[in-house]
Amino acid sequence: MSDTHAQTVAFVRDTMLPEKAAPSGQSGAIKWLRENLFSGWFNTLLTLVGLYVTYSFVVHFYPWFAHGVWDANSLKECRAIITDRYGEGATGACWAMIRERWHQFLFGFYPSELYWRPVLTFALLFVAIGPLMFQFVPKKVIWFTPLFPFVAVWLLWGGSIWAPLLVLAGFVLGWAVFSFVGKYGSIAGFSAGAVVAILYFLFAVGPLIDLFQAMMPIGIEHVDSAKFGGFLLAITLGVGGIVMSLPAGIILALGRQSDMLLIKSFSIIFIEFIRGVPLITLLFVASLLLNYFLPPGTNFDIILRVVILVTMFAAAYIAEVIRGGLAALPRGQYEAADALGLDYWKAQRLIILPQALKISIPGIVSTFIGMFKDTTLVVFVGLFDPLKGIPDFIRADFNWKGIYWEPFVFVGAIFFILNFAMSRYSMHLENRLQRDNH
Amino acid sequence: MSEPHFEREVDRSHMQVSDEVAIQIENMNKWYGQFHVLRDIDLTVQRGERIVIAGPSGSGKSTLIRCINRLEEHQQGKIVVDGIELTNDLKNIDKIRREVGMVFQHFNLFPHLTILENLTLAPIWVRKTPKKEAIETAMHFLEKVKIPEQADKYPGQLSGGQQQRVAIARSLCMMPRIMLFDEPTSALDPEMIKEVLDTMIELAEEGMTMLCVTHEMGFAQAVANRVIFMADGQIVEQNNPHDFFNNPQSDRTKQFLSQILGH
Repeated sequence: MSDTHAQTVAFVRDTMLPEKAAPSGQSGAIKWLRENLFSGWFNTLLTLVGLYVTYSFVVHFYPWFAHGVWDANSLKECRAIITDRYGEGATGACWAMIRERWHQFLFGFYPSELYWRPVLTFALLFVAIGPLMFQFVPKKVIWFTPLFPFVAVWLLWGGSIWAPLLVLAGFVLGWAVFSFVGKYGSIAGFSAGAVVAILYFLFAVGPLIDLFQAMMPIGIEHVDSAKFGGFLLAITLGVGGIVMSLPAGIILALGRQSDMLLIKSFSIIFIEFIRGVPLITLLFVASLLLNYFLPPGTNFDIILRVVILVTMFAAAYIAEVIRGGLAALPRGQYEAADALGLDYWKAQRLIILPQALKISIPGIVSTFIGMFKDTTLVVFVGLFDPLKGIPDFIRADFNWKGIYWEPFVFVGAIFFILNFAMSRYSMHLENRLQRDNH
Repeated sequence: MSEPHFEREVDRSHMQVSDEVAIQIENMNKWYGQFHVLRDIDLTVQRGERIVIAGPSGSGKSTLIRCINRLEEHQQGKIVVDGIELTNDLKNIDKIRREVGMVFQHFNLFPHLTILENLTLAPIWVRKTPKKEAIETAMHFLEKVKIPEQADKYPGQLSGGQQQRVAIARSLCMMPRIMLFDEPTSALDPEMIKEVLDTMIELAEEGMTMLCVTHEMGFAQAVANRVIFMADGQIVEQNNPHDFFNNPQSDRTKQFLSQILGH
């Protein structure tokens, strides 16, 4: 009889247990292989099939890349060189076309002596977005950001310096009226500012530009929209669309949640209509129908029209992405903002949107990437996009007739680099915001 | 019935109730759709009063205090806060919200801002306080709730009790004349309840007008000068805490008290 045992149910630990290493075979590469690739007969089979498919792909495509020819003046010459080097029936890429025509992929038909202008604009783009995107960029640089659109338009299209300056003056004027009248009520201020700016743009800006240009002709060579093509066109449309569709999407998302029936219905109809219609339809509207609706004689630039349509298209998608972010916020955030006396716009700007946008980053960036790739659809309205417009033009040259895969590979690679960069940036941003908050 | 106890000695020297009316609610009714949540509520709160509102869940006690700063809209009757009547006029609502602080069950701190930014946001953007001054005020109240060292952290890095104390400090930074507490300790672990209640007691000792929905009967006993018992959207009984706990009148009150104090 061990009744001492029965009395010792009470237990006090006098030493804490030390940590021990996991048993061998439970970690490392072998474990990973066994668990992920060979965990059963079916998985083993899948692994082997996968390896075989990968192998076949490489065997099939590697020679095409490896036999690539850079030094030739026509597709015929390329083929001759490949047959010469690798025997009859050997395949190979003819990169020589890219060596000869890369500038058309990048700049379209932009005058080559003016290539510095798009290049400078592209460099300035990073100066403009730097302070918004990266913490290491000094915050003072931000004064350049609002000026960038005017600088960019002037550099790309050229013309009189007075045009961007006087358009900028219109915005400054509207803002000045807004802040002056805004003291007597924000709605009154906003309407007054908008009315003054619109009147200025409709009636004053044109004559003023002519007047200033006559008095002091300063300007750079004008380049017509028809000369834009390739990635210059794609990036112009893409950046323009991205920059304008984010604010438009935010406003639509808020509008959809508004208590005001008119604003709410407008937002819903707009979003559902745009999402329900293919982008190509909208592009045809931009290129053909707008001409019928606009007063005769108005010359409404085709790139501007397409940017507006692309913006509307992306804005509808972004609005829905942001609506998801807004819905994910707990009710308490709105209540706390209300209880502290913040008005609607302050609550949105300081409390709600920073959190909703953070949640929406992956969706917003997906929309941006999709929109950037969709800019290639402008080929259907006669613009020279890098994916089909430019290659078709190059194939029209007798020397490069029949070249098919190389332009796709080249253009695809550039698109991939740009889009992958966007994707990585969005992940970096998510991580940074995550780190900040915890 | 065992009377609730509260270990802390409460200094009642400043807890003077003045004749001035802080909140006047007359014949107020509210519906959610067809559901009659609040029925004929009449309540007058003097400046400096500490009122605890108790009652079973679904009795409308949270809804009642949320009507006072217009987080919920009432459909009938009259609510006057600090001499301003609550109507659909947004200016009046904003004025009242500036005078009335609120502490929520789930703290509702802004997770994307640091503690200090949480505290200075409303003073800077609503009261237009200069930033430097707002920071000084914020640090003063953080010291008061005994967590000045957490100023630069984010809410997610704090314990529940600390977060709720920050939420109290955030309300105080707006210099409110009335504080509403909506079950401030219900989402907290037991060991954190006391630190929040201590903060609230200090506030009471300084003479703040407080309306508090809570199940902490010890707190009611120690601090309140009136306990209101609600059931089915009505005020069923109100009395000073001593009589309320020792000599409840209605059957509903007796039943409620036996359920929450019975063990």
